[in-house]
Amino acid sequence: MGSAAIPVRAIVAGHGTFASGIVSAVEQIAGRGDLFATVSNTGLSLDDIQQTLSRALDDSGARVIFTDLPAGSCTMAVRRLLRERPGVLLVTGINLSLLLDFAMHDGDDSLQAAQAALERGRASMTVHGA
Amino acid sequence: MPIALYRIDDRLIHGQVVVGWGQPLELRFIVLVDDEVAGSEWEQELYRMGVPPEMSVYFHGVDDAVPRLAEYERMPEPGIVLTGNIATMQRLVAGAMGQVRAVNVGGVHHAPGRIGRLRYLFLTPAEEEGLREISAAGVDVTAQDVPTAKPVPLADILSATTST
Repeated sequence: MGSAAIPVRAIVAGHGTFASGIVSAVEQIAGRGDLFATVSNTGLSLDDIQQTLSRALDDSGARVIFTDLPAGSCTMAVRRLLRERPGVLLVTGINLSLLLDFAMHDGDDSLQAAQAALERGRASMTVHGA
Repeated sequence: MPIALYRIDDRLIHGQVVVGWGQPLELRFIVLVDDEVAGSEWEQELYRMGVPPEMSVYFHGVDDAVPRLAEYERMPEPGIVLTGNIATMQRLVAGAMGQVRAVNVGGVHHAPGRIGRLRYLFLTPAEEEGLREISAAGVDVTAQDVPTAKPVPLADILSATTST
C-alpha cells in the first residue's frame, strides 16, 4: 500500500481479516495504511499468535498494539508479551475512528497518540433514531 | 446440566469461548483445567481479566478438578469446562468415570507433527488415539468451533484432510 519507507507505528491484530480490513479502511480514508502492520489469529495456536506478534514488534519497532476484542486470543497473547516488554502499550476493543485519529497524529509520540485516539474512538459511538 | 460443554481448545479462554459460545449458552462460569495455569497466579490473573464481569473463572489441575466436577454440575447456572489439549481432557474423562457424556473439540491448531483434519483441527497420531480412547469410554466426541457450525463426528474428523 502507498509509498515506501514509512515506518510502522503500530500493529493491529485481531480475528479473521479484522486487522487487514480496518487498516484498508484507514488507507482508503486517509492514505495512511502503511503506518500499520497487521496480524490475524486465523489458524494459529496461542503460542503461534504470540510468536507472530513478537516478530511483528521486533521487525517494526512499534510500541503500540491495537486489538479487536478484550478476551480475544490476540489480546491474550499481547498481554502475555507485555510482561517481558515494558514500554509497549495495548489498546483493545478498537474502532475505525480510533485508528484514524491515531493515524492522523503521526507526528506525536505513538503512546500519547494512542491514548488520545482512545477518547476519539469512545466518543464516536453514537445512536440515532429509534 | 450446568456444565453445558466440555471443550478442548488450545487458545483456552478467547473470543469463541467467551462470546461465540458464552452468549448463546448464557455461560456464567468457566472451569479451566490445566496443570500449568493452575500453578501460576500470573496466568490465572491474565485469564480472569479476559472474561466479562458476569462470568466467573475457576482454575484446577486435572487431579484437583476430577473430584469437583459433581459440584460444578450442581451450579445453578450453566458453565463450560475447558482444557488446552486432548491429553488433559482424556485424563479428566478417565478420572470422572462416566460423568462426562460429550466432548467438544473446538480448536487444536497447526504444529509440527500434526496432520490437518479440519480448518481448526490438526492432530498427531497420539492425539488421534487420545480422541478414540475418549470415544471408546462412551463419550460423544465431535468437533465444532462455533455453535452455528455443524458438529463433525469423530469418524468424520479422522477421515478428513485439509490442504492448509
